Amino acid sequence: MTTAIEVKDISKQFRLYTEKQTSLKERIIKGGKMPFTPFWALRDINVDINQGETFGILGRNGCGKSTLLKCIAGILKPTSGEIRVRGSLAAMLELGAGFQPDLSGRDNIFLNGSLLGLSHADIEKRYDAIVAFAELEDFIDNQVKFYSSGMYVRLGFAVAVNVEPDVLLVDEVLAVGDASFQRKCLDHVKKFQREGRTIVVVSHATDVIRQNCSRVMVMNHGQMITVDEPGEGIRVFLADLLGVGTLEHSESGGIEGNVLAIGTVHAEHGGSGERMHLYPGESLTVTADLDSLAPVPNAMATIAIHDDRNELVFASDPDDPMCAIDVPEGGGIVRFHFPEVPLLDGTYSVSVGVRSATETAIFDWKDQVTKFEVVNPGRATGRVRLLPDISFRLRGLGHTGEVPAVGAEFAPLAGWEESTA
Amino acid sequence: MSLGIDEPAAADSEPERPTVIGGSTRFVPGQSNDRITIVNGKVQLGQRLIDLWRNRDLLILLTRTELKVKYKESVLGYAWSMLNPALVLAIYYAVFKIIARTQQPQFAIWLFCGLLAWNLFNNSAMGSTTVVVGKAGIIKKVAFPRELLAMSTVGVALVLFAIQLVVLVVFLVGFQVTPAWSYVPLLPLALVALMVFTAAVSIFLSAVNVYLRDTQHLTEVLLMAWFWGTPIVYTYGQISQTVTTHPAFLWVKYAYLCNPVTPVVMTFQRAIYGKTSYIAAKNNSSHAVTHVLPNWGVGTYAGLLGVVLAVGIGLFLLALIVFGRLEGNFAEEL
Repeated sequence: MTTAIEVKDISKQFRLYTEKQTSLKERIIKGGKMPFTPFWALRDINVDINQGETFGILGRNGCGKSTLLKCIAGILKPTSGEIRVRGSLAAMLELGAGFQPDLSGRDNIFLNGSLLGLSHADIEKRYDAIVAFAELEDFIDNQVKFYSSGMYVRLGFAVAVNVEPDVLLVDEVLAVGDASFQRKCLDHVKKFQREGRTIVVVSHATDVIRQNCSRVMVMNHGQMITVDEPGEGIRVFLADLLGVGTLEHSESGGIEGNVLAIGTVHAEHGGSGERMHLYPGESLTVTADLDSLAPVPNAMATIAIHDDRNELVFASDPDDPMCAIDVPEGGGIVRFHFPEVPLLDGTYSVSVGVRSATETAIFDWKDQVTKFEVVNPGRATGRVRLLPDISFRLRGLGHTGEVPAVGAEFAPLAGWEESTA
Repeated sequence: MSLGIDEPAAADSEPERPTVIGGSTRFVPGQSNDRITIVNGKVQLGQRLIDLWRNRDLLILLTRTELKVKYKESVLGYAWSMLNPALVLAIYYAVFKIIARTQQPQFAIWLFCGLLAWNLFNNSAMGSTTVVVGKAGIIKKVAFPRELLAMSTVGVALVLFAIQLVVLVVFLVGFQVTPAWSYVPLLPLALVALMVFTAAVSIFLSAVNVYLRDTQHLTEVLLMAWFWGTPIVYTYGQISQTVTTHPAFLWVKYAYLCNPVTPVVMTFQRAIYGKTSYIAAKNNSSHAVTHVLPNWGVGTYAGLLGVVLAVGIGLFLLALIVFGRLEGNFAEEL
């Protein structure tokens, strides 16, 4: 396989000045030297990206992933090391970068195309395709400053992809425009992939990486943590770097003066002991200590699960008679057992409460008291793990009855065992 | 070779030379090929020159953009490119003709010749200090030979030069001034020499101003001093007279002649204004002959311009190296 991008021992040092002093007087006073702290944005990055590969770079904000992309693009020069890029390259770091608001869309197509390296004749050849792609036929002679942000971005994307480079660098710009334009952008990316072009995507969104990339590099503090399959890379990213999956425990202490209070809350899952996170479909058990000063009849336990955007994923039926119990003095333990958690990636928080089944009184409510992390090693994305059975009923000759789909990746558990092994 | 990348197939028409990039990534548009682009921290002068040549379309486009943006929202638009120097001309004319009472015939034409050349240099140098800083958005996000930004200011100045030249020709016809035709063929050489020198200065200033923002303010003052150190509103004859009468200050003359803009301005004056001396009809009837320009032949002028061109090319290459050095950190400094 041919290497499209060869990154060899790349390091990049930034100088962090305590205060930006760029006046001559200050420099003379300081004898020409300005105080700065060296900061290594990239440290000894080595990676070979193959031709035709869609390569993801995953990391938190400030981990150096964009700096690496800029070095590959040639916008920044590395402090040491060398990058070799085979074939033509275009970078989409920001859509519409370099647009002149005072110029018309037409002029900007030519300017932007030239900046990306096309000659005037080349742009003329692609001009109609660009305008059509951007869906701006009616506005192309208007000044760009009158464009809506969506139009602006569409034009930027249209120019960039119509350059048709061998290597395309993308920096988290895919999530732009309205739904239909996003569809179009993704289609274009897929087309690039089919045509055997190399794409490098920088993102902190695991979904984008999982769905599009064949390999992923995980970065942290300017260093390369791992280069691996998306599933494993994302697992490393989530578990090791974000520090998620650590279960947090609450300190005790309930609502003042209530007879029934919740003590420590604890979550355990099917994989507890080996790893911090659980895989979709594994079991989850939440236990909460109940302390009561007096016997409490008809107490009900409730549980709620929120995702990391604080959206409610699940709340138990508050009137389920099965959850009501008479709690004796001294309390006990309440256990919520989910035999199977059908969730995909994410950090979820658990809230636990006890209330009276007959009155409106709430004895205690522990809001988002513990967390659990679900990491999906497969390629399905979204919130909920649904397991469709896919079969086809074909119309051609010789096909009668249902044909099960061949090679469909819907037997997840087997695959997961492999990836944890 | 230890490229680590498969070498291009030998069947290719010509052996591929890797494009070595001292910072500015370039690919050859339209050639979806096996060309290898190398990004490292070094400055490769030859490669920079090749990149500049490959991107000449971009230079033209950047120049056009600058011009369009410059006059976009003003009512008079491109008329300003004539109005501005015309007003400057009018002021100098008023001061020297009416207040200082110069006897020089067709003094307006004399002024115009010098200002024409000077404005090219001045406009570009002034524009260049802010051009890189002002285009931070592009520089941070797009890779291209950034020297082109500085060179586009020369392009803009050249367009303004052309417009003013047309006006000057109209003036010549109107005032019935005959140029010295034998010197006119020197004008293209003078223009090229001036442009190369201007480009060198502009590239240098544009890069330095990123790190030292004082440059733009300092440049304003220096250009003012430079202007008065060039025989534009006064004549070279006045300078050579003054200096030779004070032999102790002979070095002043040499320093004065080291100004690369001077031979260019003098060539413009010699060719277009045409006269080297005039007889001032003074009321004391002395009829003294006043020399405005030395009585050099075409060869001497050509030789001087050749020196300016050579110096300009040297400075241009030097400016590219300096720019290449400083450019590596543009994206983070801006």
